[in-house]
Amino acid sequence: MTMLAAMCVNLSAAELPVGRPPLPAEIAAWDIDARPDGQGLPRGQGSVKQGETLYLERCAACHGEFGEGAGRWPELAGGVGTLAHERPFKTVGSYWPHATTAFDYIRRAMPFGQAQSLQSDEIYALVAFILNLNDIVKDDFVASQANLPTIKMPNAAGFYDDDRETAERGFWVATPCMTDCKPPARITGHASAVDVTPDSKTAPKME
Amino acid sequence: MSNSSPPDRHRLGRRALVAAAATTFAMPATAATPDPAITTLPDWSQSLGDGVQAHPYGVPSPFEKHVIRRDVEWLTAGQQSSVNFTPIHALDGTITPNGLCFERHHSGVAAVDPDQHRLMIHGMVAKPVVLTMQDLKRLPRSNRIYFLECAANSGMEWRGAQLNGAQFTHGMIHNVQYTGVSLRSVFEALGIDPRAKWVMAEGADAAGLNRSIPLAKAMDDCMLAFAMNGEALRPEQGYPLRLVVPGWQGNMWVKWLRRLKIGDAPWETREETSKYTDLLADGRARRSTFVMDAKSVITSPSPQTAASPKGQMVISGIAWSGRGSVTRVDVSLDGGRNWQAARIDGPVQSLALVRFYADIDWNGQEMLLQSRAQDSTGYLQPSKNDLRKIRGVNSIYHNNGIQTWLLRGDGICENVEVS
Ligand code: HEC
Repeated sequence: MTMLAAMCVNLSAAELPVGRPPLPAEIAAWDIDARPDGQGLPRGQGSVKQGETLYLERCAACHGEFGEGAGRWPELAGGVGTLAHERPFKTVGSYWPHATTAFDYIRRAMPFGQAQSLQSDEIYALVAFILNLNDIVKDDFVASQANLPTIKMPNAAGFYDDDRETAERGFWVATPCMTDCKPPARITGHASAVDVTPDSKTAPKME
Repeated sequence: MSNSSPPDRHRLGRRALVAAAATTFAMPATAATPDPAITTLPDWSQSLGDGVQAHPYGVPSPFEKHVIRRDVEWLTAGQQSSVNFTPIHALDGTITPNGLCFERHHSGVAAVDPDQHRLMIHGMVAKPVVLTMQDLKRLPRSNRIYFLECAANSGMEWRGAQLNGAQFTHGMIHNVQYTGVSLRSVFEALGIDPRAKWVMAEGADAAGLNRSIPLAKAMDDCMLAFAMNGEALRPEQGYPLRLVVPGWQGNMWVKWLRRLKIGDAPWETREETSKYTDLLADGRARRSTFVMDAKSVITSPSPQTAASPKGQMVISGIAWSGRGSVTRVDVSLDGGRNWQAARIDGPVQSLALVRFYADIDWNGQEMLLQSRAQDSTGYLQPSKNDLRKIRGVNSIYHNNGIQTWLLRGDGICENVEVS
C-alpha cells in the first residue's frame, strides 16, 4: 500500500508537490488587472488637462489628435449611436461598457511597444482625456480610483450573455435534409469581383 | 454583387450525385510515346544527395515552398498586432504541422527565456503559488488533440464572398496534440475559495493579453500546455507555456501564460468587451460567446489549388465543433440543394478536427461545392444566409456558415455566395 502511494501522486488529495508561495512584492509586481467594480484599481488620479498633454506626446501619433485614428491605427472616439447602422463605428465611447476597462488595457498594453511604462496617475489622466474626447466627462474632470467605476458609459446596457442555444435553437436538427432541400442555387456574389485577395507576389518567402 | 449565369442545374444536381456514388474507376488513358520521366535517369537517381546533417532541423521539400502561412496586408496597421493564416488548402490529414499553425499576436511574438518564465496563481485561493517551467514538468501530464479556431475566422465574409482562398476565409484554425498538465489537478491542490467563479489568464507578452474564463471550464478540461505535436511550443504559439481552452475561441488560449488570478466576477477586459463580442443587427451585442459552433470547409479543390482535371476527383475538407465531436459531414455539388454523406477518415475525437472525403467522378460541368458538419449535440452547420437572418452582418466573430466554392469547367475554383 505505501509503495503504491509513493508511486501514484494524486494531486487532489495532496498539497501541490512543487512551487512556492509568491511573496507580497511579487504579487504586487504583476497584479495589474482592474475590474469594473473597481477591484484592482490603484490609488491615484489624473485630469483631462494632464491627459491631453500626455496623449499628444505618447498616443496621438497612432490614435490621432482627436482619437480619430491615424491611418489604419484604431480609433478611440466617436460613433455613439451608430451600433445599429449598416456600418457601425465601435470605439471606447460608442461601444465599451466600462471605463475601468480602458484603465486595465492602457496600463498593460499601451503605448504600443512601450507597455507598462505609464504611472498610475498618468493612466488616470489618459482615461479622463479619452472619456472627454468622447463627451462622456466634462473638461474639468479628474479621474480617480474612486470615480472610475461609477462612470456611466453610453453603451453599458448594450451587452447580453450568449443566447445561441435558445436564439439559434433551429440550428439543432435531428435529421439533416439530403434531397431537394431548397430551390436550385443561384450565384449571388463572387469574391473575384471584390478582388482583395493578396496575390502570390505579396506572399512571404520561405527560407 | 455581380451576377453570373447559373450552372446547368439539370446536369448538376442528381446526375453528379449518381456519378459520385459510383465506385468503379474508369480505364486509364494509354500513352503514345514513352514518358521521359521514366526513360531518362534523373540526377537524384545517380548522384549522392545531402548528408544526414544538411538540415539539423528538417524543412519541407523546396517543391512545397508555396505551402506557407500568409497574411492579408490591408487587414491591419502593422505586423505586430496582426494575423496570418494556415495554408489549409494544401494540407491533408488532421494534424497541423507546427510551423504552419496560424499566428495572431497583439504585440508581436514574445521571446521568452523559459528559465526566467514563471506562472503565478493567486487571488481567491488558500495557497497561492509560483511555478517554474521545471516545476510544471514535474507534475503528472497528459496528451490531448484539440482544434483552436480564432473567433474571427471567416469574419471577412459576413457581407459576402471577399477572399478567394480557403487559407484566407478559413485559415485561422489549427489542430495539434498538446502535452501539459490538467489545470484542474493544480487548482484542486490550491484550495479554491468556494465563492470563486472566474479565472483571469494573463500573458507575459507586451500586450499582457488577459481574458476571463469561467472557473467551471478551468476545472473541466483546460490544460497548461508546454508542448505541441511532441516538441516544445513554438514561440508564436506561446512558448514556453500556453493555456489550452478546448472548443472555445482561440483568444482565450492565452499564450506566454504568466498569471492566473481567481475571482468572483469576470474582468470584462478589452478582449472580452471591445473585441470578441458579437454585434447584432439591432445594435446590441452578445458577450461570452466562448464556444465555437460546428463548422466545415472543403479545402481541396478550393480557389488556391491547381486546376482539377475531369474524371476521378478527391473532394477533401476539414470539420470541427466546439460542442463535442463531429458526427457527420455532408457534401453538396449543387450549392446546397442535394447532399451526400462524406467519408470521415482518421481519428474522430471530441473538440478535435476531423478530415472528410468525397470521391467523385467529375464530368467537367460547373459545380457549387459545399460541406456541412453536424456535431454530437445535433447542431447542424447553417447556411450563411440562415446565419445572417439571426446575426446580421456586423458581428465579425463566429461566422460558421456553409462555404461555397464554384468549380468552373476549366477546373479552377472561386469563392462565391449562393441563394
Ligand atoms: C505605435 C502606435 C500606438 C501608440 C503610440 C499607441 N497605441 Fe493604442 N493601440 C495601438 C494598436 C495597434 C492597438 C490595437 C492593438 C491590438 O488590437 O492588439 C491599440 C489599441 C488601443 C486601445 C484599444 C482600442 C479598442 O477599441 O479596442 C486603446 C484604448 C489605446 N490603444 C490607447 C492608447 C493610449 C492611451 C496610448 C498612449 C499612452 C496609445 N494607445 C498609444 C497602437 C498605438
